[in-house]
Amino acid sequence: MVKKIYFQSIFFSFFFIKEAFAAESGGMPQLNPEFWVSQIFWLILTFGIMYLVLSKLILPKISKNLESRKSQILENIEAAEKQREDSDAKLKEYDEIISKSKLEANSIFNQAREKALKDIGAKREVLDKQIDNEIAEAEKEIDVLRKNAPDKINKIAIETSSELLQKLIGAEINNSSISAIVDDLSKRNGDKYYGN
Amino acid sequence: MAANPMSQFDVYRIGPEIKVGAFDISFTNASLFMILSTVSILLIFNLGSKKNSILPNKIQLLAELSYTFVSKMISDTAGSKAKPYFAFIFSLFMFVLFCNMFGMIPYTFTVTSHIIVTFVLAAFIFIGVTVIGFIKHGFGYLKLFVPSGVPAVLLPLIVVIEIISYLSRPISLSVRLFANMMAGHTMMKVFGGFVISLGIVGGWLPLSFSVALTGLEILVAFLQAYVFAILTCIYLNDALNLHH
Repeated sequence: MVKKIYFQSIFFSFFFIKEAFAAESGGMPQLNPEFWVSQIFWLILTFGIMYLVLSKLILPKISKNLESRKSQILENIEAAEKQREDSDAKLKEYDEIISKSKLEANSIFNQAREKALKDIGAKREVLDKQIDNEIAEAEKEIDVLRKNAPDKINKIAIETSSELLQKLIGAEINNSSISAIVDDLSKRNGDKYYGN
Repeated sequence: MAANPMSQFDVYRIGPEIKVGAFDISFTNASLFMILSTVSILLIFNLGSKKNSILPNKIQLLAELSYTFVSKMISDTAGSKAKPYFAFIFSLFMFVLFCNMFGMIPYTFTVTSHIIVTFVLAAFIFIGVTVIGFIKHGFGYLKLFVPSGVPAVLLPLIVVIEIISYLSRPISLSVRLFANMMAGHTMMKVFGGFVISLGIVGGWLPLSFSVALTGLEILVAFLQAYVFAILTCIYLNDALNLHH
């Protein structure tokens, strides 16, 4: 125990002496050539080993990693570009199909409309013809009726007047004289009655 | 020990003294932090390169971002010819960055705050770049010192200036990093010392400075690593593509 303390005290006294010496010497420790050779030796040793390991083992690996990443990224970009082109082409195709079908639909619609219009025209023509015919027939009938109307009216007027006279006077009057009067009257007032 | 702002740069032995011939190559705190930096770099980048998923996880993203950052830096400054030197510049950038960043943790040692370390790196770069230049262009590499479009009268002067500037490259490269690291850490230590000496009453002002300086120093730590790497790229560019 005592021995140990003794040795320790010697050790620490050395330490302190050295410290005191260093503090007193002052100046720049860099210019003290005591450890220059040691520093050169250890510098060459450590730097040399580091250079060898870095240049032979580590740097090629990093360079390879960088290269492989670069190539992979380029590949991915290429693939993406290709896919984009593909999708662009597909989009164009799709657009084409859409526009084509639109045109088709348009033409179908137009055809249908034309057909419908034609049908309507044909039917209208038929109907018009029918209506025209009917109108012509009706006009003919009216004409016939109109032509026959004055005669019938005259006859009615003659008969009515003869009966009227018979009732009023009580004597039979010759029809021919009455008809002459009626004819005369109708000739004079025919315009007024029939609107001709 | 705490009072001296320079004592943080002290190198001391950890474990026994190791000697090879006349040279002392003992394991020191500097060695410890070199090993820590390299081991963390290797660990992070090993983890970051292990799995290869299309959507990277955080550590993989970190590794890949660093990779592309450095690779872009090299291709921007030195062109495609500098590709074979990518691993070296990447290691260099990461080593300096991690050493700088480890230095930002309190009670750690900043490897790059020692002129000998930065000078060895810079000297290696200088010699390497010069050798590459002579291999690529032969004696034509000397044309680097003769800029085109200079009047013949001025040529001797220009050549001398160019040679001096070329030779001072390792010194400027190493001193830039070392001085930045040392000055920053010293300043932080000084302000930290003020906090203690002014106590609870007046210590708040230097403390706030210390906080601001920490942010600045982290920026500087990154920036100096970047500058170190990009200057290496520029020197490499001179050697690979002779412009003059």
